[in-house]
Amino acid sequence: MTDKKALFEFKDIHVRVEGKEVVSGVSLSIKAGETHAIMGPNGSGKSSLSNALMGHPAYEITRGEIYLDGNNLLEMRADERSRAGLFLAFQYPLAIPGVTVANFLRTALQAHRGKEADMSDFRKLLKSEMKALSIDEVFATRYLNDGFSGGEKKRIEILQMAILNPKMAVLDETDSGLDIDALKTVSTGINRYHNDANAILLVTHYQRMLNYVKPDFVHVMMSGKIVKSGGPEIALKLEDLGYEWVEEEVNHRAGV
Amino acid sequence: MSESLDKQKKDLSQLNNDYATKYGFHDPVDYFHRGAKGLSHELVEMISRLKNEPQWMSDIRHRALDVYLSKPMPQWANTKMLSEIDYNDIYYFMKPVGENSTDWNDVPEYIKKTFDRLGIPEAEQKFLGGVTAQYESEVVYHSMKEDLQKQGIIFLGMDDGLREHEDIVKKFFGTVIPMTDNKFAALNTCVWSGGSFIYVPPGIEVKVPLQAYFRINAENMGQFERTLIIADKGSRVHYIEGCTAPVYSTDSLHSAVVEVIALEDAYIRYTTIQNWSHNIFNLVTKRATAYKNATIEWVDGNLGSRLSMKYPCIQLVGEGAKGEILSVAFAGQDQHQDTGAKVIHAAPNTSSRVTSKSISKDNGRASYRGLAKVHKHAVNSKISVECDALLIGKNARSDTYPTMEIDCEQVRVEHEARVSKVAEEQLYYLTSRGLTEDDARLLIVNGFMEPFTKELPLEYAVELNRLIELEMEGSVG
Ligand SMILES: Nc1ncnc2c1ncn2[C@@H]1O[C@H](COP(=O)(O)OP(=O)(O)O)[C@@H](O)[C@H]1O
Ligand SMILES: [Mg+2]
Repeated sequence: MTDKKALFEFKDIHVRVEGKEVVSGVSLSIKAGETHAIMGPNGSGKSSLSNALMGHPAYEITRGEIYLDGNNLLEMRADERSRAGLFLAFQYPLAIPGVTVANFLRTALQAHRGKEADMSDFRKLLKSEMKALSIDEVFATRYLNDGFSGGEKKRIEILQMAILNPKMAVLDETDSGLDIDALKTVSTGINRYHNDANAILLVTHYQRMLNYVKPDFVHVMMSGKIVKSGGPEIALKLEDLGYEWVEEEVNHRAGV
Repeated sequence: MSESLDKQKKDLSQLNNDYATKYGFHDPVDYFHRGAKGLSHELVEMISRLKNEPQWMSDIRHRALDVYLSKPMPQWANTKMLSEIDYNDIYYFMKPVGENSTDWNDVPEYIKKTFDRLGIPEAEQKFLGGVTAQYESEVVYHSMKEDLQKQGIIFLGMDDGLREHEDIVKKFFGTVIPMTDNKFAALNTCVWSGGSFIYVPPGIEVKVPLQAYFRINAENMGQFERTLIIADKGSRVHYIEGCTAPVYSTDSLHSAVVEVIALEDAYIRYTTIQNWSHNIFNLVTKRATAYKNATIEWVDGNLGSRLSMKYPCIQLVGEGAKGEILSVAFAGQDQHQDTGAKVIHAAPNTSSRVTSKSISKDNGRASYRGLAKVHKHAVNSKISVECDALLIGKNARSDTYPTMEIDCEQVRVEHEARVSKVAEEQLYYLTSRGLTEDDARLLIVNGFMEPFTKELPLEYAVELNRLIELEMEGSVG
């Protein structure tokens, strides 16, 4: 049964891509106001899980359930999941040539509200959110991610989150490609968005962002499974000992 | 230029000017009452008589007919589609009385639907649908005309141009595109009617774009319009023709000739948006000559029609001349947009840039046919050509046929051609932000067209985007 108090919950998720199972039975329950982190080495299935949750057509969920705020997301397309309040900040955001950041954001906001976004209200919102993320105003008129640096793309992802204000934000490797100043600015932006009514799932290889966006729970993912869950102390231990530490523990448990 | 003028004078002197006697004189009105289809010297004579033209123009028409008859059909592009035209079943001038207008009931549904969705006023709908022959914004045109006249700017229909400014027309007519250029240029030369005539005096800058739409009538939306634009030394002008709304016509063959001349230091931008109904064959010859340090810009949008063959050309004949051709073509179901660009560098330090965008959807086909030619003495010239094709759907097709003839070593040539599809990943990215798949696809397509759209006056840009939205409706990736 669904825990009534969970904002975002998925159970026993299995994901297949290109005929291969890359996520094998992952479950998580996230309450409003919480920040969770999924950590794991490259190739452990973090992005596949994130994309499957968002509804990427190539990432087929062969088993499992997803609920957001009591709504069953499984049968929804990506756009419906977005409008239901789910957001994914991409690890590798794509460029959309010819579509300005401002035009795109306004179109997305309209899709969410189901009506025209008033031009001057929208401009005000965009201006203040861009300022908060230290994004130069010229980016509003630049084509979405077209020729942007890795760090600029990540900022724009967080800008999208701030504007759409989702209930549940999954942030896939948002820290990668950011220098230390940018990391701080982006983290401040994430914390500014976070409140008691929404929740964050940080997906990351490194723990460095967790110094700024403090998780309540940390889950370790390996070979498509969550192998360990606990508090923020896990992240610190991973930083010191690397993923081998968890690997050994898992092997030990399995009696290998 | 003087060379070609001399040549033309020679050509003319070789004519035996007895067409009128040879083909007799009939009562033109009676002739059109009877309603003759097909082409003949009699018809050409009638046109000249009816228009009360000077003899030299009449001679040009007759000679052009001989050229037309002597030239074979093009054996390239879409020969299969071209063979669908029944040349004997066409009215080459006016239709007989009573057949001049279309019944509103005969205007195809998709056209009416598009009018409604674009919010085109009823009077204008009737005009674009071929039901009425005159569009009411004459008023706008007249007040504009006064302003222009004060500065000595001539902006007239081609027929009036010939009547009121015979000397200028005689000097330039057929100098950029001789009747012998191609079969359809010859056809246009022998039966032309309507089109625009523009002359801008030296040093004058025309502040507002001259829009053909303001003085449009059935004739110059017509089948064989003839346009001649001359910007004298150091002048500047932007001419806009066409509209994004679809134009319905029961005449299936349209063949215009557009000649554009920018004298020293002059600047001409020529913007066209054409959206013919799906039965039209649109075979157009457009060419511009740029003299020393002059600039020519073609901005050319092609939607609709069954087959369009249109390759705007710029001849850079004076040192330092610049040319830019920016075009977009949209080929939907059963349509072939065979379009492209030609740049000819015939003087040193000339530069040109071609940006061609095409979208093919359903079984539509868009071809880019380009020529970049650099003469031996055109040193330090620069050419850049960029072709971008976007395919929507599995059956859409695009081809590129670039030709380079570079006879000069000191020249910089860049050529890039890309074919892309609306990528699944791009669609996913946008849908993950709440856009439906249709909206996402539309946004991507509009983005693809943006380098073109942003060059248009705002009202055209808005309308074009809305039109693309209609065209994209119900399409499957
Ligand atoms: N689109 C795809 N096609 C084929 N294999 C994929 C695809 N996406 C992910 N995978 C595979 O799934 C596994 C997990 O990858 P990914 O989810 O990107 O891991 P992580 O984000 O943890 O680095 C890898 O073996 C990867 O090669
Ligand atoms: Mg990843």
